[in-house]
Amino acid sequence: MKKISLVQMKENQKGKVAEVLGGSSLQHRMMSLGVYPGSNITKLSHFALRGPVAVKVGRAVLALGHGMASKVIVSLE
Amino acid sequence: MIKRVFLIGNPNVGKSVVFSRLTGVHVVSSNYPGTTVEISRGYLKIANDRLEVIDLPGTYSLQPSSRAEEVAVSLLKDNQRHEMAVVNVVDATNLERNLFLTLQLIEEGYPVVVCLNMCDDTAHRGINIDAARLSEMLGVAVIPTCGLTGSGVKPLIEAIRNARTSGGKERTHLERWQEIGRIVEETQHLSHRHHNLREILEDASLRPFSGMLIASLVIYASFRFVRFLAEWLIANVFDPAFYDIYQPLLIKISSALGSGGFLHHLLIGELIDGRIDFKQSLGLLTTAPYIEIAMVLPYIISFYLVLGILEDVGFLPRLAMLLDNILHRLGLHGFTIIPILLGFGCNVPGIIATRVLESRRERFIAATIIAIGVPCVPLQAMIFGFLGKFGGLYVASVYLTLLLVIILLGMILNRFLKGYSPEFLLEIPPYRLPPLSILFKKLYFRIKGFLIDAMPVVLLGVLVINILLFLKLFDLFTMAFEPLIKGLFGLPKEAVVGLAIGFLRKDVAVGMLMPLGLSVKQLFIATALLAMSFPCVATFAVLLKELGLKDFLKSVFVMLAVGTIAGTLLNILIPG
Repeated sequence: MKKISLVQMKENQKGKVAEVLGGSSLQHRMMSLGVYPGSNITKLSHFALRGPVAVKVGRAVLALGHGMASKVIVSLE
Repeated sequence: MIKRVFLIGNPNVGKSVVFSRLTGVHVVSSNYPGTTVEISRGYLKIANDRLEVIDLPGTYSLQPSSRAEEVAVSLLKDNQRHEMAVVNVVDATNLERNLFLTLQLIEEGYPVVVCLNMCDDTAHRGINIDAARLSEMLGVAVIPTCGLTGSGVKPLIEAIRNARTSGGKERTHLERWQEIGRIVEETQHLSHRHHNLREILEDASLRPFSGMLIASLVIYASFRFVRFLAEWLIANVFDPAFYDIYQPLLIKISSALGSGGFLHHLLIGELIDGRIDFKQSLGLLTTAPYIEIAMVLPYIISFYLVLGILEDVGFLPRLAMLLDNILHRLGLHGFTIIPILLGFGCNVPGIIATRVLESRRERFIAATIIAIGVPCVPLQAMIFGFLGKFGGLYVASVYLTLLLVIILLGMILNRFLKGYSPEFLLEIPPYRLPPLSILFKKLYFRIKGFLIDAMPVVLLGVLVINILLFLKLFDLFTMAFEPLIKGLFGLPKEAVVGLAIGFLRKDVAVGMLMPLGLSVKQLFIATALLAMSFPCVATFAVLLKELGLKDFLKSVFVMLAVGTIAGTLLNILIPG
């Protein structure tokens, strides 16, 4: 099982969230949006020049800033 | 005895629509997270009781991450449990994510009623939820409703009356998600469907290339349509009404008043070449209503119609994502485009909307940029009305100047203010086709709001100006500002009156400049200055309220500096 960050994932790639790095307040926010260890996540798109990343979690689509996206570690199937 | 009913739920689940259904009070709703930043209150009458209903800003959890969310959570904590009922509005198309807050509310022991909203949408998306089983598993009442049509509201009211304090063991976040998994497994059934056109469009608008293409087209089309509709309304509805029906009446009044004297000066104003000129006479019955109704109102109608459509369809969060990168250079993040767009209608709701931003620094930059660089509809209407006849190039130049000011100012503030910009994190809602009745209702309330806010100020303003002009009291004032106005900005000294009136209302201010016979260059500088220098008094008040005294003074200082520098530069750089 390979672990990479959301930023490193390719478009349309699927995985399971392994962990959310960073402080507890970021973890709380991610958690309440459905990004927690074990949740299924699909990367939808990525904007160039350290732009935001769009992902699908559960039935919701989220846009995350580049820095946040690099703190979400995903394990690929 | 229950006294208060709180509506709480994730952002963009339709709390405000449910609120309207319960209380009959209309509040603005849209299709993006964070429409409600202010708390609305209304009353629900049941038999002989009158319950206060409170619509809270959306929140994902009971640990708040913006000022708007903080307010929601603290209000909930400050109330006696046995006097309240908490209606947790849940988006049925996204049950899992919504249940996180639901479980937190139940664990904390609030008297919860779950309102399972957006039922039509669920059927389209192939989702089936067993409300009875859900209620059993959660241990609280679950009422399926449809906010848009109003079905399920009666049972909801019944459930509110019977709400009892819930309770349960406290869970960690992870345990909560495990519990949600268990609940969803048993209560939600999905049937598989193929991708439809809407979903293909949803995906395309999130990708960099196709997203930019779609956004550029939408923005260009919106801008063209706003101008087209407004000009059509002016030419075919408002101008004929004023010139063919209203003017003959005024001519009679004018001659009855003897074409001169104090009362004539107040009501009709000056006759230009012996005739009433709606744009220049400056009377209470002539220029005042003409500016507000025939020049500004058509733009208000067309702007808010287009904005309403963009809001409800769900386009704005996608635009926010596309612009995130650029706005980061200004110390902001993508979501700020929504307050900025609202500011183009009127700066006041734009600045209030900055409450959803996470940090103080970000709110300061956003509010200052809106106050300085974003012209409101009334000002834009006047720019089109007066500068437009010299050609589109001048109008475009005003916008370009303002854009440049926004970018430079943002970069400078971002460089020198302490702190950092928080990152962008936004839920992107699905596209929805808003029912026309909802669109027009929202438009109606925005137009009504504009007329109620603007008309008294305009009439009072014109009255005061006319009295001062009649008594020639402006002379001292114009003399005092002559060096600044004439020396730095190259404007005639009388223009200071117009610029000062801008503090009251921008549209009247441009109207005041008209009789001065300014050259195109002077008109260009004056309108750019009006946009940048002082915002109107209503914006000032809300700026003070949102930023606090210290940051407010900082912001005012920035405004004065920017206005003076930009006015001088324009005067030097533009060939005469």
